[in-house]
Amino acid sequence: MEGLIHQIISGIATGGIYASVALALVMIYQATHHINFAQGEMATFSTYIALTFINMGMPYWVAFIAAVVVSFIIGLLIERILIRPMTNAPILSAVGVFVGLLLIINSLSGWFFDYTIKQFPSPFPDKALWGGFISGHQLGSTGITLAVLLAVYLFFRHTSLGLAMRAAALNPVSSRLVGVRVGWMLALGWGLAAAIGSVAGCMVAPVVFLDPNMMAGILLYAFAGALLGGIDSPLGAVLGGFAVGIIENLGGAYVVGTELKLTLALVIIVCVLTVRPAGLMGRAVQSRV
Amino acid sequence: MQNRAAVTIFVILLLIVPTIAFSSYHLFQLTMVVVYAVAILGMAILVGFNGQISLGHGAFYAIGAYTTAILMSSWDVPYWATLPVSAVICAGFGFLIGLPALRLAGHYLALTTFALAVAVPQVLKHKLFEDWTGGVQGLVIDKPDAPFDLKLSSDQWLYLFSLCVAIVMYVLAWNLVRGRIGRAMRAIRDHATAAEAMGINLAMVKTRTFAVSAMYTGIAGSLGAIAVAFVAPDSFSVFLSITLFVGLCAGGAASIGGTIVGAIFIEFVPNLADQVSKAAPGAVYGVILIAMLFLMPMGAGGFLARIWRKLPWSASSVTGQPRIAAAGHDGDLDIDLPSPIARADRVPVGGGEQAKP
Repeated sequence: MEGLIHQIISGIATGGIYASVALALVMIYQATHHINFAQGEMATFSTYIALTFINMGMPYWVAFIAAVVVSFIIGLLIERILIRPMTNAPILSAVGVFVGLLLIINSLSGWFFDYTIKQFPSPFPDKALWGGFISGHQLGSTGITLAVLLAVYLFFRHTSLGLAMRAAALNPVSSRLVGVRVGWMLALGWGLAAAIGSVAGCMVAPVVFLDPNMMAGILLYAFAGALLGGIDSPLGAVLGGFAVGIIENLGGAYVVGTELKLTLALVIIVCVLTVRPAGLMGRAVQSRV
Repeated sequence: MQNRAAVTIFVILLLIVPTIAFSSYHLFQLTMVVVYAVAILGMAILVGFNGQISLGHGAFYAIGAYTTAILMSSWDVPYWATLPVSAVICAGFGFLIGLPALRLAGHYLALTTFALAVAVPQVLKHKLFEDWTGGVQGLVIDKPDAPFDLKLSSDQWLYLFSLCVAIVMYVLAWNLVRGRIGRAMRAIRDHATAAEAMGINLAMVKTRTFAVSAMYTGIAGSLGAIAVAFVAPDSFSVFLSITLFVGLCAGGAASIGGTIVGAIFIEFVPNLADQVSKAAPGAVYGVILIAMLFLMPMGAGGFLARIWRKLPWSASSVTGQPRIAAAGHDGDLDIDLPSPIARADRVPVGGGEQAKP
């Protein structure tokens, strides 16, 4: 029983990471109807930036915030330079651009920061809390994740910029008519997604260690989480991310073993897409032929 | 007819010249080009001609390679006899994956197959199959010698063998995409609803296209395993699937000739880029992939075919009028879709068969 609770709690902790990445995926999907295959590599790159700042002697939180800001700018630039011209391109070209982006960012990570596995510091005390059920880092990273999710929610719900971004994603033509700068809203969405991804990267790096392929598996779980919750529903994606974290931990501990954890993500993806393609909280899309 | 003669002469030269003139390392590289070409051809049938985007064809390549390796090491099956077996097995897997793929369009299919590609090495390493697959260590197989007491080294023989298999596969693929089923495949890609209204059985064509595509890539995997004489889970990581995808886009998704360009690209570019840095191949792939999509959306195949059409002796400028009619006839379905993959394969390359009603 104690083991079960332990698994569920660490499932929630990793689920928070998946939820952040899933949220970043959903933001990009909502804005441009593209699935960003490079999200994981972008987050890894941001984590390297944070590590560089830390090694330069900055305090952790300053480096953290600097990395988030730099990631935001990188995300913005990627949208402006690479994704904008692909707005009306066929799906194959869009997928191709994302795959190319994945390759480039992955190689750049390896090129600038080399391929050795690095340790990444955690800002939280390294001791077990609550009778050993949760580590300081797990609690801290879950807290940060929840804070980010809350901030994103408040931003979209209660600011005029958030409203404009939602409008631009939902109905670009009408938004443009009422004076929303749709192109910039989409670029902002990309920047925000990159920033959220960088937070997730910094939170997961102390656990899995930092190397250029750090996020490959995490991205897969985030896909599964986003699809489980519904790829057009931010709240659904967050809940889906947490659910996948718990499923992964329980499945890894009791059902399939740790060797097949990634296959579990594949199974979740296939099951959701075949049984309920809209996800738990998404809307089914009808299109006129 | 002239074209056909030219192609025949070219193929014969391709069979003879490298076998005599090339060193065994260069022959091995050429063999891998042939292998990749067949694998990419499989992807082109699915992605380019049927519009189902797959980022996970490395999985079928791995299944083909492991089928061959297991048959050769556990059951002492001769290498040539493993090809039909892995063709059947991969076609079966392709058909099975084609079933859920029916409900997934566009990005979702790309995503699911991407997940498949990521999961493959883990499954191959799993202890349940360890007796067969050799786990993390993989399997070593013997390089076959030339039969009938031919005076050929095993590299020379393997090159000839792979090339002959590839030629058969290319002829079959050529006939498949130019025929009735190929037209159905393209009609589904360009407008599924219209295709269905014209009486095409969507589910049947799509799942069988998936099966054929997986079979091609699986046979390539078998050939690759024989040529490398070794299989291990980590040679079939997600990077293999991405590499094949890059080759496909570089060559042109809906171009049969382009698959050869793509294969040459993915075999030789990493070797060149490796000399710069370990990170360079990925970066070069990525940059070229994006540059191709922006500058040459039809890929190198589509680009070369367009130049070919403009040459004075090409078939299209000889026949003239009927060629336009043929293009119009073929293009009815994708008339309102300005997609590059919809255009690339309409480029007439053959000797004028299309012009006949």
